Amino acid sequence: MSDLEAIRRGDRRAVAQALSAVESGRARGADLLDALAGSLGRARRIGVTGPPGAGKSTLVAGLVAGWREAGAKVAVVAVDPTSPFSGGALLGDRHRLGREASQDDGVFFRSFASRGARGGLSRAAPAALDLLDAAGFAVLLVETVGVGQTEIEVMASADSVAVVLSPESGDAVQAMKAGLIEIADVLCVNKGDREGADALAGALGAMLDLKPDLAWRPPVVVTRAEEPMGARPLAEALAAHEAWLGAEGRLALRRRRGTEARLRALFAELASERLLAGAEEVLAREAEAVLAGRRSVVRAAERAVAEVLS
Amino acid sequence: MKERPIRVLIAKAGLDGHDRGAKVVAQALRDAGMEVIYTGLRQTPEMVVKAALEEDVDAVGLSLHSGAHMTLFPRVLALLREAGLGHVLLTGGGILPAEDIEALRAQGVGELFGPGTPTTSLASYIRAEVARRRGSQA
Repeated sequence: MSDLEAIRRGDRRAVAQALSAVESGRARGADLLDALAGSLGRARRIGVTGPPGAGKSTLVAGLVAGWREAGAKVAVVAVDPTSPFSGGALLGDRHRLGREASQDDGVFFRSFASRGARGGLSRAAPAALDLLDAAGFAVLLVETVGVGQTEIEVMASADSVAVVLSPESGDAVQAMKAGLIEIADVLCVNKGDREGADALAGALGAMLDLKPDLAWRPPVVVTRAEEPMGARPLAEALAAHEAWLGAEGRLALRRRRGTEARLRALFAELASERLLAGAEEVLAREAEAVLAGRRSVVRAAERAVAEVLS
Repeated sequence: MKERPIRVLIAKAGLDGHDRGAKVVAQALRDAGMEVIYTGLRQTPEMVVKAALEEDVDAVGLSLHSGAHMTLFPRVLALLREAGLGHVLLTGGGILPAEDIEALRAQGVGELFGPGTPTTSLASYIRAEVARRRGSQA
């Protein structure tokens, strides 16, 4: 397969087309990834997530500029939501990239639409990073909006996760509710010149103080992404996390856990597809039983699973 | 397997700052079920083609009002072909004289749309043309 050689060489057209195959869950994508399985693990993987409008894309642009200055080839996968109404999506993250990176062949930027909860993003985005890893990019960034189960699964495949908030995205309690704190290796309060930024940073720090037994205490940094070098505090915090991961086998352990989580999620997905394929008749019968008031939905589902597996 | 949604790059080429039309088109195509990558103002032909390549789009829509269409469209078309993206539909809109449109179409540019075009006809044109091109590629 000459595609494989082209991808390994970092040929941008071959990489782009392979990403499409991976994104759509086509067999060709799975074949390519399988063939590239031995070429992974060299890239550093960073996740950036947070509520809409916090400034993630602008920060990502700043991070990219910093790594380019250091000579590293960078790839970005930016995910925006698919409209549940039309199935279409407006992917605007590339817009923030800036002139320099937009003309730089050392930067590869790809926009993904989430394609709905069943669109397979939690499978496709980490797989896209695998492909870009094999293509020789030294730093991989994946950017997602917000906090569904899917985004959390995507972030689980990153070595370091930055959660970006802004004073507008609400107080620290909102971030607690959304479960953002739990996945953060770095907490970033962007739009640091706005009122409430320091207060938010302080509140986040206070929340972390309530968890004294964390092996890694996520640093809380304040940024102004719009300014030149404005992403630097975030870049430094990510570098500190990388250094911490580099010791005592922590990175290997983290990747092992991430791989296990991905495998588990995929297993569940494939298993449920296969079970469902053979369950139509049983499910129809159990639905009748529920409608007739003979048993609860939960009991009916338990019976259906037991019967299909028997 | 469901067919991949149509992916379209919407770019503002040239130096004018009028991007309202491009944004309206981007939203209309999203509402028509397409994945639209919006790149914003002042894109050079090189930037447009780099984005088209990395995003693996089916179509590129250029919006321009600067009067530079007779240089910019052919330049983007040439760079697309050079990058191995000859299958990508190049279309667009702006204030374009009829004879210029004809000349550009003769070079291989797709349909070009003037002010007042209903966004639904843009979407159906792109859908039909991309289906035709995908068919002939397979």
